[in-house]
Amino acid sequence: MTTAAPNYELLQQEGLETSLLEISMGPHHPSTHGVFRMDVKLDGETVVELRPVFGYLHRNHEKLAENMTYLSSMPFTDRLDYFNSMTNNWAYALAAEKLIEVEVPERAEYLRVIMAELTRLVNHVTLVGFFVNDLGALGTPLMYAFREREKILDLFEQASGARMMCNYFRFGGLRNDVPEGWLDRTRELVDRFPAFLDEYEQLLCENEIILSRTQGVGNLSRELAVNAGITGPMLRASGVNYDLRKVDAYGIYDRFKFRVPYTDGDTGDCYDRFMIRMLEMRESVAILKQALADIPEGDIIGKVSKVFKPKPAEAYGRIEGPKGELGFYLIADGTTKPYRYRVRPPSLINLTVLRDMCLGGKIADACIILGSIDIVLGEVDR
Amino acid sequence: MTTENLNAGMDLDDTTRSELERAGVIVSKVDFLYNWARGGSVWPLTFGLACCAIEMIASATSRFDISRFGSEVFRPTPRQADLMIVSGTVTKKMAPQVVRIYNQMPEPKWVIAMGACAISGGPFKQGYNVLKGIDRYIPVDVYLPGCPPRPEAVLQSLNYLQEKIRGMKIEDDPAFTKGRRQYPVPRFTGTDLEPPFNPEVWSPPENPNAQPDEPCESKEEASV
Repeated sequence: MTTAAPNYELLQQEGLETSLLEISMGPHHPSTHGVFRMDVKLDGETVVELRPVFGYLHRNHEKLAENMTYLSSMPFTDRLDYFNSMTNNWAYALAAEKLIEVEVPERAEYLRVIMAELTRLVNHVTLVGFFVNDLGALGTPLMYAFREREKILDLFEQASGARMMCNYFRFGGLRNDVPEGWLDRTRELVDRFPAFLDEYEQLLCENEIILSRTQGVGNLSRELAVNAGITGPMLRASGVNYDLRKVDAYGIYDRFKFRVPYTDGDTGDCYDRFMIRMLEMRESVAILKQALADIPEGDIIGKVSKVFKPKPAEAYGRIEGPKGELGFYLIADGTTKPYRYRVRPPSLINLTVLRDMCLGGKIADACIILGSIDIVLGEVDR
Repeated sequence: MTTENLNAGMDLDDTTRSELERAGVIVSKVDFLYNWARGGSVWPLTFGLACCAIEMIASATSRFDISRFGSEVFRPTPRQADLMIVSGTVTKKMAPQVVRIYNQMPEPKWVIAMGACAISGGPFKQGYNVLKGIDRYIPVDVYLPGCPPRPEAVLQSLNYLQEKIRGMKIEDDPAFTKGRRQYPVPRFTGTDLEPPFNPEVWSPPENPNAQPDEPCESKEEASV
């Protein structure tokens, strides 16, 4: 026999003095993925009110960028979403390339795709590790994830000299060519990666605890997802087939054959969001294989001076980042610095539906829902 | 641990020591034993602030494996932690929480300022919302530069900290002499922190180029 949790209003009718429990989760909390705070009101264990509070990592990225030349902001974009420095670079490079109209060489385009898809693997693999960490599996899945992440970071380090903050993209191409043998090492990694995915899926996807804790938790309807401007794997988990790699076909994505995984939109729960990422990793491997097979020799960067003065114009460059649509909006005023520099952060906009997904659920589920959104505070607060 | 190690702190000739060891007696200094135990089991706080936190986590994972140095027990609560790794940018909104968490940690406690941001503000130093170094409010034991530092560097900073711990003496250990060290929590006014630094632990460096009685004319000349 199970007894229902004592309801706050029922208890009050019986004349007992009760009140809602108000707690502040964070900014120092192991499952808030950084310095994020949630003001939660609880009725027993049920969340009745949730207010996200952020700004604990506001590093005035946009204001700094408006006071320096276009190229000088490139290393700062690394530190937005610090898991995915390569894709951040790419989005910014795309926006600035629209202002100055430069041709990107073929080889650079291929390398950009390779770097972006490797970044997607890094992001999704660590996200799944942290997500399962939030469920209470401390250690093992995260260790598996970081083992694979290290292998990819080694490749990044060989190419760019840095593990995390790569600063590898330049307007009109890339900073330098990859070293000798790099492509072979990448091919080797890409060939081995599906074996790791098999292992990971076997470990997680049909795990009883993961199924019971994530299925039906944090449902996000298709309508709400579209209205709130959700993008990325989270939108596709709610049943919308929208991927900028197909819609915009920026770079050379129209040359590759890959599928976009999305659900039928019945539930849009945490398990869907988790599975979409697992499936996307397979597609990234498929893109990587094609790109590594076709990559030509040639130049790595077009002709661009380091400091330039674009004509007064506006430009918006966007890519399908691992977390969603990452966009950079620039207004040029004819000087060497942008007049306005604005980032469209997928993490922040995906976070806006947190309250809707958590209300009525248990407090322990709020941690999982937050984990499944995949936020990085560097990007939320900027 | 071998008995030679334990006896290392004592001036004991070999015959006496081996006789004592045969009788099951180990002679050592309390200082040495304390420092050995403390240095080998530094429990860090699970405290991620920004980018550096990822490298801190990486140092705990299989390739780098911080547990080789006895520090794999990351504690989410400050009440059980010995070491605070300030891993990342401390903004003005976050600084009061960092000091509050430091105050909650029991003695003995140590701080590693990890990354350029925690040391000095780093690349974001010119910004309006970034604290220019956490050492303005809490005492820092090891400064670990890098943006972000590699996991190997995290391990090295831990080794430096262990070296520092080995040199500690009980009589001037704050855990015994002062009780738990607590520092005033700064107040975030919305634009800045009040007070701007804690004079107990930090004071502004003297400007070596400052000329106290500089005549007005030379200033004008310089500007022209």
